[in-house]
Amino acid sequence: MIRFIIKGILRDKSRSLLPAIVVSIGVFLTVVMSGWITGIFTDIVAMSANFSTGHVKIMTRIYAENQQQIPNDLALMDVEKLINHLESDYPEVEWVKRIHFGGLLDVPDENGETRAQGPAAGRAIDLLSPGTNEVQRMNIANAIVKGALPMKQGEALISDDFAKKFGVDIGQQITVFGSTMNGSMMFKTFSVSGTIRFGQAILDRGAIIIDITDAQLALDMSDAASEVLGYFKESGYNDIKADSVRATFNTKYSSIDDEFSPQMFKLRDQNGLDEYLTMAESMSGVMVTIFVFAMSIVLWNTGLLGGLRRYSEYGVRLALGEEKGHIYKTIIYEAILIGIMGSIVGTALGLGAVLYLHEVGLDISAFTNNISMMLPQVYRAALTPELFYIGFFPGLLAMTLGNALAGYAIYKRKTARLFKELEV
Amino acid sequence: MLNHLYQEKLSQMKIIAILFISCLVAGANAQTADEIMDRVDKNMSAENRIVESSMTIYGRRNNRTMTSISYTIGEKQSFTEYLSPAREQGTKMLKLEDKLWIYSPSTDRIIQISGHMLRQSVMGSDFSYEDMMDDRKLKEIYAAVLIGEEVIEGLPVYVLELTAKVEDAAYHTRKVWIEKEHDVPVKEELFAKSGQLLKRTTLSDIQNIDGRWFPMKMKYKDMLKQGDGTVIEINSIKFNQDIPEYIFTKAALKQ
Repeated sequence: MIRFIIKGILRDKSRSLLPAIVVSIGVFLTVVMSGWITGIFTDIVAMSANFSTGHVKIMTRIYAENQQQIPNDLALMDVEKLINHLESDYPEVEWVKRIHFGGLLDVPDENGETRAQGPAAGRAIDLLSPGTNEVQRMNIANAIVKGALPMKQGEALISDDFAKKFGVDIGQQITVFGSTMNGSMMFKTFSVSGTIRFGQAILDRGAIIIDITDAQLALDMSDAASEVLGYFKESGYNDIKADSVRATFNTKYSSIDDEFSPQMFKLRDQNGLDEYLTMAESMSGVMVTIFVFAMSIVLWNTGLLGGLRRYSEYGVRLALGEEKGHIYKTIIYEAILIGIMGSIVGTALGLGAVLYLHEVGLDISAFTNNISMMLPQVYRAALTPELFYIGFFPGLLAMTLGNALAGYAIYKRKTARLFKELEV
Repeated sequence: MLNHLYQEKLSQMKIIAILFISCLVAGANAQTADEIMDRVDKNMSAENRIVESSMTIYGRRNNRTMTSISYTIGEKQSFTEYLSPAREQGTKMLKLEDKLWIYSPSTDRIIQISGHMLRQSVMGSDFSYEDMMDDRKLKEIYAAVLIGEEVIEGLPVYVLELTAKVEDAAYHTRKVWIEKEHDVPVKEELFAKSGQLLKRTTLSDIQNIDGRWFPMKMKYKDMLKQGDGTVIEINSIKFNQDIPEYIFTKAALKQ
């Protein structure tokens, strides 16, 4: 019977073409949107991990509570010892120190007095160690507008916007004024090695990036750090792994009675990322539901039109003694087969589009200048295994549901009136 | 009828009398508050002064003490040099009018502090550059109302509520407890316009210096900050000294 139905579908194009096109379009959109949204969320999460949260992050309990204030007086101490323990306990994770600091960026005139100044949002990372992954992780090389990466201590990268606004050139001195870990005044003069622009207000406003050893010296933070971040070496963020690392670390090292004891947070615990990830995970389901609903309505309508067109055919079949249930079954089988064909075509086209968007991406940097959220500049679709089958759900469900609703009319036909209808 | 008119007249007179007495009492209160403020300003403000003090900051992790010497002329000129510990030694601050410069010997830089940075903590303490700079007499900035009398640690005090009458006041409202005997504040609470308590200060060890009463120990607590507050103890204070003018120049910062 299946072969018979397939022949019918292929030979009678008017029966199958429109529904197949509708299914293909719906499946194509489901696959593209699903891949696109997954890609966007994956990029947002990856960016947050690289710049801010790590896959896991360690802070003192009290620092974590007041993180927004960058309270370096509450920072982690004995960091080298802590990292040694971490490397021994979790060899699959790369551990890095980071220091955040605030204050003023002050540009001197020829007399060493203030010529211009603005607020500083400082980050200290490992810029100078051989084999450091931090430069690549934070995409610093690509963000450099002028000059180069710091090659030695005492050099800094500053925001290109700040440099332009206050006429700071490469090689010029700037002073960072703020507070040390102990609350003393911190004055530290750096030579500007380059200017950077990430294209986002949150990263560019008053940005200064220095090597972590410079920050430790300037801020009285020898063997201390604002936070220690962990990145899984072999994979991206893995929530199950992160959960396990967090649980074992906190059991071993963290104490609720000691506000300065280290506490580990996984990526999902921070910056509201749990909501993002939950949303990303449920997005495919949402897409499928939307398209099943929308396509079912369209296909129901198509099925009704098809039913009208084949009104006489069904009449003859009923007149010849075919059971209503059997006709209804063949309608459903037809729908399933058309759904499969449409889904295959839609998925193939959708995967092609996703692959293109994955490679090329969409540059939205022109719109992110004033956004205070950490967002990637180029959005790329993500090509995931899920995309190879996800389109079949709306494709098959909508087609079957639409035809099941339309085909139900077969039960309304009265055998007694068939010949009268066929006379016409 | 006559009786009724008489009663009505009497009632009107009573109302007028009550209003008159109310005005008198209010006037007396305002005057008293102003008088108290005058006496407080007389004790606390001076033409010039030289103060050597130590400041201890009680942090969450550790305590730090630093010493300094300050020269002040009136409300507009002030110069402070930090004497210890070694890390702070030689750091100097100069205030002229509403401008503040800080000199760092380690970088040989003079940095001007302005804008929102003035609200930052001085050396990690519980008071800001803005607090440090505002030497104006309280009466110039605030309108005072006497709101009651209390006893604090056995000392009778006036309780005054001060509301800012100028735009650039650092705090919208202050509640001040003034010790009656010496006309010196012993406690102060500083509020934001929203009514939130921002800082609490307690002043003690009141001594007579050159004929004026002055608290030699002050504890500041920034209510929005971690830690147990900052204590300033005055080791020596001299009023009406000859302070050379060159101290209040940027050139003096680098000397």
